[in-house]
Amino acid sequence: MREKLARIWQTLRKPSVHYSLGFLTLGGFVAGVIFWGGFNTALEATNQEAFCIGCHEMENNVYEELKTTIHFTNRSGVRATCPDCHVPHNWTDKIARKMQASKEVWGKVFGTINTREKFEEKRRELAEHEWARLKANDSLECRNCHNFDYMDFTRQSKRAAEMHSTSLASGEKTCIDCHKGIAHHLPDMSGVKGW
Amino acid sequence: MKTIKTLSALALMSFALLGNAASVPEDKIDTLRLAPLDSEPTPPAMQQVLNKDIKQARSYPMQPPIIPHKIDGYQLDLKVNKCMSCHARTRTGESQAPMVSVTHYMDRENNFLAELSPRRYFCVQCHVPQLDAKILVENDFIDLDHLLKAEQTQAKH
Repeated sequence: MREKLARIWQTLRKPSVHYSLGFLTLGGFVAGVIFWGGFNTALEATNQEAFCIGCHEMENNVYEELKTTIHFTNRSGVRATCPDCHVPHNWTDKIARKMQASKEVWGKVFGTINTREKFEEKRRELAEHEWARLKANDSLECRNCHNFDYMDFTRQSKRAAEMHSTSLASGEKTCIDCHKGIAHHLPDMSGVKGW
Repeated sequence: MKTIKTLSALALMSFALLGNAASVPEDKIDTLRLAPLDSEPTPPAMQQVLNKDIKQARSYPMQPPIIPHKIDGYQLDLKVNKCMSCHARTRTGESQAPMVSVTHYMDRENNFLAELSPRRYFCVQCHVPQLDAKILVENDFIDLDHLLKAEQTQAKH
């Protein structure tokens, strides 16, 4: 084993015998472009709603629920797709989330939530993951569209303005603390703070 | 046989045409539809829900208070009662919403319960939001106070 590794190291250290320096640098550059482009294209492909609802677990449960909410259809026609709320937009955070999501592939393969009953049973746990994530990043995915600095309290209802100008403004609360279940149905909320 | 079929088809067609041409007089319609059943008029625009958060006086003491705000998308099922996330006793401190009345914490034998009584769980069975709409049918409801006052003035004369 040691010998084998040593041989590989030797080969790597040796200057090229057959290929010119130009070929190696240019070839490396082109290969890099192709690799990086391919990687990003694949990454973006998995960041599409069509990809998310490619699995019936997502299409028949959470996507159906989203359809009835204001984040799907509303007066101005602006809508949120799955990755808008569930995948961070920042590159490093996105990669971290994508790595976490490999567990979802595991779940898909072994059918962890492949029936409505199994999904309902897991709903609280899955929801709690999302609440924890949004709580930890100060509801970053909400704030990607809903910017506090540009909120016009005079255009909000009295109650909303009251809450937003106090608890939210002081940073004591974040969006997800009050706005749970705005895009999907809620699980049994017994024991959840504020319910 | 064939002639009978054609005849009946013709009769049906002429009947349908007649029905379309002569619209039903308004006083003959007993509903709010205001159009013959076989036509599909454009529905009126949907009305806005009143969202002013201002309490309205009740028409009689036992009347369930109306909801003075929008309740779009509020989940109310076996798992969740969105209304109670503001109107429950323990939540009113933070929400400053009126607490559901104490009767909602009583069972039918008038025993007090720690939690919302199951028979009072489904809020919108009694409490409803209001629309900013024109009244379609005149309401001849007379307030109890008016009746009493009328009776008193009659007794005096």
